[in-house]
Amino acid sequence: MSNVQIITGNQAAAIAAKLCRVQVIAAYPITPQSKIPELLSEYVEKGELKAEFIRVESEHSAMGVCLSASLVGARTFTATAANGLAYMHEQLHWAAGARVPVVMSVANRGLGAPWTILNDMQDTLSQRDTGWMQFYCFNNQEILDYVIMAYRVAEEVLLPAMVCFDGFRLSHTVMPVEVPSQELVDAFLPSRKLPYELTPDNPVNINPVVMGDRLPDPEGNICPDYMGFRLRMQKAHEEAMGVIREVGKAFGEVFGRSYELPYHAYQIDDADTVFVTMGSLSSEAMDAVDYMRKAGRKVGVLGLRVFRPFPSKETADILANFNKLVVVEKAISYGYETPLATEVKAALYTNGSNPLPEVYSVVVGLGGKDVNPQDLVGITEKLEKISPDRPSWWHEEELKQ
Amino acid sequence: MSAPFVEIPEKEFVLPGTRTCAGCGLTLAYRYILKALGPDTIVTLPACCLTILHGIYPKTPIAINAVNNTFASTAASAAGLVAGLKALGKDKDFTVMAMAGDGGTFDMGIQALSGAAERQTDFIYVCYDNEAYMNTGVQRSSATPLGALTTTTPFLPKQQPKKDFLTIMEAHSPSYMATCCSAYPRDIYAKFRKAKEKKGTRFIHLAVPCPPGWGFPTSQTVRVGRLAVETGMVVLFEIDEGEFKLTGKSLTMARSGRKKPVVEYLKLQNRFAKMTDEQVEALQREVDSRWEKYLERSEP
Ligand SMILES: Cc1ncc(C[n+]2csc(CCOP(=O)(O)OP(=O)(O)O)c2C)c(N)n1
Ligand code: SF4
Ligand SMILES: [Mg+2]
Repeated sequence: MSNVQIITGNQAAAIAAKLCRVQVIAAYPITPQSKIPELLSEYVEKGELKAEFIRVESEHSAMGVCLSASLVGARTFTATAANGLAYMHEQLHWAAGARVPVVMSVANRGLGAPWTILNDMQDTLSQRDTGWMQFYCFNNQEILDYVIMAYRVAEEVLLPAMVCFDGFRLSHTVMPVEVPSQELVDAFLPSRKLPYELTPDNPVNINPVVMGDRLPDPEGNICPDYMGFRLRMQKAHEEAMGVIREVGKAFGEVFGRSYELPYHAYQIDDADTVFVTMGSLSSEAMDAVDYMRKAGRKVGVLGLRVFRPFPSKETADILANFNKLVVVEKAISYGYETPLATEVKAALYTNGSNPLPEVYSVVVGLGGKDVNPQDLVGITEKLEKISPDRPSWWHEEELKQ
Repeated sequence: MSAPFVEIPEKEFVLPGTRTCAGCGLTLAYRYILKALGPDTIVTLPACCLTILHGIYPKTPIAINAVNNTFASTAASAAGLVAGLKALGKDKDFTVMAMAGDGGTFDMGIQALSGAAERQTDFIYVCYDNEAYMNTGVQRSSATPLGALTTTTPFLPKQQPKKDFLTIMEAHSPSYMATCCSAYPRDIYAKFRKAKEKKGTRFIHLAVPCPPGWGFPTSQTVRVGRLAVETGMVVLFEIDEGEFKLTGKSLTMARSGRKKPVVEYLKLQNRFAKMTDEQVEALQREVDSRWEKYLERSEP
């Protein structure tokens, strides 16, 4: 029996964490995600969720609590955004290096300075190389679904995962979301199994100093050096792509929404120009496509759901078929271009074949600047004037020129 | 609590083969701390000399479970261990101890520690204080005393007094708080036994002389530690559920009225070589006035 609720993205994230029976939550307030810990603390105080809720004094400590609780075997959850995420940066590396399956929801928001509380994706995209898996949600349903899937994937490959969604646009917007039953989620996501046990009989030193050369343990077995541990992390990411697809498929079988593909596609079968996006921007792109198709333009949308591990082969296989790719993004790697455009080009170079599509990198919507379907239509109309060797800014000051 | 007759277990948790310097006060003290807390302890620790004591992967001379954490997050990591164990119903199986140096406590760790103490996290926090960032090469910390040379106060000795961290921690009303010094192992043992039996946040400050950082011969660690207490530079006390008591050697000194001049402590250490007579006098006055306050507090 379906249970559709009209809820915000923040509610979807909190409900999902509850359905996952998280055991330790540590979080700190920051707009636009504060509602998530507020809701979770309410569930815990009312006895609806049996968990330890630690009201930490900072995001650095939030991740400190989560990662150590995870090391002893608890399923842990936190949420943050923007400067909170940046403040956690050291801990993000530590969590991934410690191989703890922490799941964190991030309501994407622009970073200061100057301050903004509004949406873009600079916060999570600039954490690209911390070793976390990153999922980007298109709507509130995907937020709920990805939190559940993230735990299953994270606990299998032993990597932490971020479930990212646009601040305000999703975090504060109500949408119908099908909330699955606890029984179904329990069956899909059994309680966490730790591959080791901490006991006084076999004491271990977790995450100690590791040298640049491999050294023998007391029994003479050669153990990894620092780089060896890094190699294992990379292999875990490479393996994770397959696991994400399997889990996404299994999710579809149980809940009726498959996430086997690391992207969602709209009107691409006969398209020559495709918008490549992430997050809720896909819905503006879809509206733009509907409008442009009426005028006979062959356009489509490819919305990436998984950014780390990057689905290089999967995206290249499909994107190589088009003439023009318009990568529209709410982030910029200063001094170069938009991050997803770089990834798309690299994926095409590695996995595509000539002739490769032209790839345009377009910066939109930083710090909450509205992006309407008309803007995306406008971008395609300007493509002749845009040079692909430099990111173009969809911004009043640039458009004047 | 002078505790001269307590039976100290034979079992060792600091095994031979440590990488700390000869004459390291921290290593001496750690041996008794672990004897007191026993095998069911999990220690969480940041980067510091204690990390080195715990060895280099894949070997460790320390026979208890340890979780390393980032420099600023020792108390947060402990809070995570406590919460995780509680969520799994294993909180009765382990004592969680956070242990960090003065830099990792007085300076960078203060936020996480203050937060964990305010939340009355059920753990023992130990700050071992060697009065500088030793692990990175003896740079000044806020625990470095006035007049000390360090590698970042190399010509002008430190101009500011040591941060009064004990008062800061007392203001957090921990369920148990104590000071100790590596030169008095029985006192350490007794205080950690007591801390283990308590609930809530327990804070222990541990003074540990450091031969290379302070500039004295490796054979003098115990002597320097004793002089620290005998001159009143370090005062041994405990605050048990809010009740203050001088303990051990400091209590004996209070009773006998005998306290040595600080210069006896200072002159053994090269780090104080550039202190002027006026600075020594100022330090003596400060130590005396603090000692008087402790005497007043300890009166029944
Ligand atoms: C965020 C961060 N900044 C700096 C360091 C470098 N660091 C490692 S150990 C250390 C000094 C530790 O001093 P203290 O806590 O007093 O312990 P000690 O080495 O003296 O035993 C520093 C600064 C670090 N590990 N992390
Ligand atoms: S530097 Fe000092 S505290 Fe560190 S290991 Fe050496 S003696 Fe011990
Ligand atoms: Mg120090």
